[in-house]
Amino acid sequence: MNLLLIGILLILMAMAYTLGLKRSKSLAGKGSNSSLLHSRPGYYGSLVALWCGVPALLLLMLWSFFEPIVVRHVVLQTLPTDVVASLQGAQWDAFLERLKNIASGYGVADQPLDYEVKAAASLKSVLNIALLAKMAVVFAAATAGLVYALRKISPQLRARNSVEKFIKVVLALSSGVAILTTLGIVVSMFSEALHFFKFVNPLTFFFGTDWSPGFSESGQATGGYGLLPLLWGTLMISIIAMLIAVPVGLMAAIYMAEYAKPGFRNIAKPVLEILAGIPTIVYGVFAILVVGPLLHYLGSLIGLDINATSALTAGLVMGIMIIPFISSLSDDIIIQVPRALRDGSLGLGATKSETIKNVVLPAALPGIMGAFLLAVSRAIGETMIVVLAAGNSPLLHANPFAAVSTVTVTIVNQLTGDTDFASPQALVAFALGLTLFVITLGLNVVALIIVRKYREQYE
Amino acid sequence: MTNSSITSDIVKVGAGSSAAETRRKIIEKSLKKRHSREKRFRRLGLAAVTLGMLFVAVLFASVLYRGLPAFWQSAMPLNVYFDPAIIKIPAQPVKQANETPAAFESRSLAWQGQLAQVNWDSILLNSMINASPKVAPELKDANKYIALNQQMVDNPDAFSDEKLAANPALAAEVHAMEAADTKRTTLLSLFENGENVRLRDMVKKDPSLIGKTEKVTFWAAANVDVWLSGKIDRSLPDDQQQLSPEVRQMADQLKAEGVIQNKFNTPFFLNPDSRSSPATSGLAGAFVGTLYMMLIVLVFTIPVGVACAIYLEEFAPKNRWTDLIEVNINNLAAVPSIIFGLLGAAIFIGAFNLPRSAPLVGGLVLSLLTLPTVIIATRASLRAIPPSIRQAALGLGASKMQSVFHHVLPLAIPGILTGVIIGLAHALGETAPLLLIGMKAFVAAVPHSPMEPSTALPVQVYLWQGNELRNFFEARTAAAIIVLLALLISLNTLAIWLRKKFEVRW
Repeated sequence: MNLLLIGILLILMAMAYTLGLKRSKSLAGKGSNSSLLHSRPGYYGSLVALWCGVPALLLLMLWSFFEPIVVRHVVLQTLPTDVVASLQGAQWDAFLERLKNIASGYGVADQPLDYEVKAAASLKSVLNIALLAKMAVVFAAATAGLVYALRKISPQLRARNSVEKFIKVVLALSSGVAILTTLGIVVSMFSEALHFFKFVNPLTFFFGTDWSPGFSESGQATGGYGLLPLLWGTLMISIIAMLIAVPVGLMAAIYMAEYAKPGFRNIAKPVLEILAGIPTIVYGVFAILVVGPLLHYLGSLIGLDINATSALTAGLVMGIMIIPFISSLSDDIIIQVPRALRDGSLGLGATKSETIKNVVLPAALPGIMGAFLLAVSRAIGETMIVVLAAGNSPLLHANPFAAVSTVTVTIVNQLTGDTDFASPQALVAFALGLTLFVITLGLNVVALIIVRKYREQYE
Repeated sequence: MTNSSITSDIVKVGAGSSAAETRRKIIEKSLKKRHSREKRFRRLGLAAVTLGMLFVAVLFASVLYRGLPAFWQSAMPLNVYFDPAIIKIPAQPVKQANETPAAFESRSLAWQGQLAQVNWDSILLNSMINASPKVAPELKDANKYIALNQQMVDNPDAFSDEKLAANPALAAEVHAMEAADTKRTTLLSLFENGENVRLRDMVKKDPSLIGKTEKVTFWAAANVDVWLSGKIDRSLPDDQQQLSPEVRQMADQLKAEGVIQNKFNTPFFLNPDSRSSPATSGLAGAFVGTLYMMLIVLVFTIPVGVACAIYLEEFAPKNRWTDLIEVNINNLAAVPSIIFGLLGAAIFIGAFNLPRSAPLVGGLVLSLLTLPTVIIATRASLRAIPPSIRQAALGLGASKMQSVFHHVLPLAIPGILTGVIIGLAHALGETAPLLLIGMKAFVAAVPHSPMEPSTALPVQVYLWQGNELRNFFEARTAAAIIVLLALLISLNTLAIWLRKKFEVRW
């Protein structure tokens, strides 16, 4: 119904536009000479359309927001008090559906009770009145706006300025969405995390070494809620990932920037960037199907017991995923180092590798550090690879060949379908998310500061 | 110039020759080491690039190797006779003029209940027996043992072990009957669960089928497919096999006769997910869910992202609020995707009470994820347009907004489209935020609207990966990954093609 109303409003706005257009053109004088007008005729039409449509739309939204509350109030008045007491929450929605079925003549499978029939009749009348009133109010607002704007049209009216001011407000509001998102993230996680800290002491949470949350319905937190094994698991996997990604990525970037022929570079760079575009679930399945068994087999050859799902498996595959982050960013940064520095070093007799090691890399170092930190923050926030390939063992140990658990895996495991976030084992996910958010935010800010502060300004 | 000529020159000059000579000798000696170090460094770089490209190749090769076989599956194309003697049901109810919709519903449901009582299994069996007469000739006469069975039910004492030992002819008949029963069960277990329901649905849609013969392709059970395609070790003993020896032997026999063939796996693309009949589970539900979510992402991010970028790039005053917005957007681009999932769970499901696991919520979460990418890409393409265009428009009397919307924005559209497509491709592969808003649940139907619970392609990969029928679902998971990667590659190719076609070098 609302969609129909909005559709009719849009048609009204189109009519308003044409009316305003015609009116302004007629005011312009004989023929199509519209040089007397301040703005082009289209703007007068748009102004009238906006005055017609926007107040009416706002009224419609407000009405739709308040109508269910009023309807519920009215229908509850007609019911006997004992029935009213028994209806709450979702039962009210089901009851309303049943009343609507009785009222519309669709019928229900069993025989409706007397008070239900009466309530259905009153519901029907209330809904009808509400619909008519809504239509009346909306159309009245639209017509009032239309008439008001039409009367204001004159050659001196600065229609274009008003319309452009409106558009500017809309543009600014859409930038507010970005702030709203961050605000939403911070507020939601903070409030749920604060909820959680009512159950568990923050010190125990941040410095405890025992992660074994119990399932509790009573509202008391049972089991251990210590974060350190998860943080350590995250760190271990990130270290392994960076150990693979940094050498390979950096050397690949250096080769592509300094040594490679343009043809080779044109092929190699996109191929490496494919690694960045593959979804992480694919990496996870690859890790558990191919890399895990392979590592287990290799370990058995040497005599080591490497678990198929372990920190090594997850770290290895995560390193592969991160290679393009480091190689692409470092490649761009190394290219930006000016030729003069390189030529000077080569002119003094250094070989190309000595130039790179002693001149180019130090000049590019802040940017490379920034890329490194961004890659670390990506590794810390990664979920699907670790969910599938790292096992699920939140124990504090230093063995990369055994299963570990990370912060992200635990978040996924704890929110397993709890509808109401009232129990500590569901709320802990938000506390973990808050920790993760703060860590990655800190890393990004540090990366930004390093790049800004130490970047050499070349001419 | 050769070394000796330099030496002779310096000797001729004769100024500080010994110090210069020693210096030169030292440099010459270390030159070889430095050159070899240079060569090693260069080779190391090449090795790193090759290693990276090797990783890509290994990834794609292993996914293709494991996934391509899943596109063909064991099936039985059979002629099915809808025997009116077996399907004894009244005519389909027709809505009467004075009947309420609810009453007509209950009558239709009663008719469908009767339809469900029909012995569809025997229709399945008959079609199998007709296709392969050698396999079970003794089952051709379905009524052969009905009388005997009834006697056994009515009078169990007459068939006790002693009585059977005394009467060998009767014992032989009872054994033959039991053997026929076992054969029947064995034959039926070759079909995947739910194939009899397919027949019922065919008749429900078109009751005129009764009495006709139709050609239907039935799908073999998952374990049968595993056995026939060699995914399980044939030499394993009976207690480690998934099927009984009779079923295995019958499957081999039918395959040899050509009754069971390898057919292209259309249920993989047309059916939703299923736990009771894994051989006919498919990606349709996930595909539609992903489609809805992509539509919502497009509808939300393009207007909001482009508007935000235009504001920040053209109209925003240079003050602290604008800085704050810019810093915010750059931060959001680097936030892990799971945090957006938490946001969706807490606010969209918790506070706004939107339905769990609905593509609407998934689409909103993914839009928030993609928004920073679109904003940054749009800003970059707006910045790439030279100021001369803006100034020319202003010089001809346009207002700032007219110059932006009539001149700058149309020129920036290729860059914006590229950014949107790349952001969309990124959002397509996201799994973690969707898991947190409830898409972990098993959904067995194709969603009809964005408000119904559904799943998405990457989540379906995750769910199938965890299925306990490992030797059947490993290949299916890899095949689903192939579909996902194919979608991504086509999106990215579209973006690259657009960029190449409309790129203008100012």
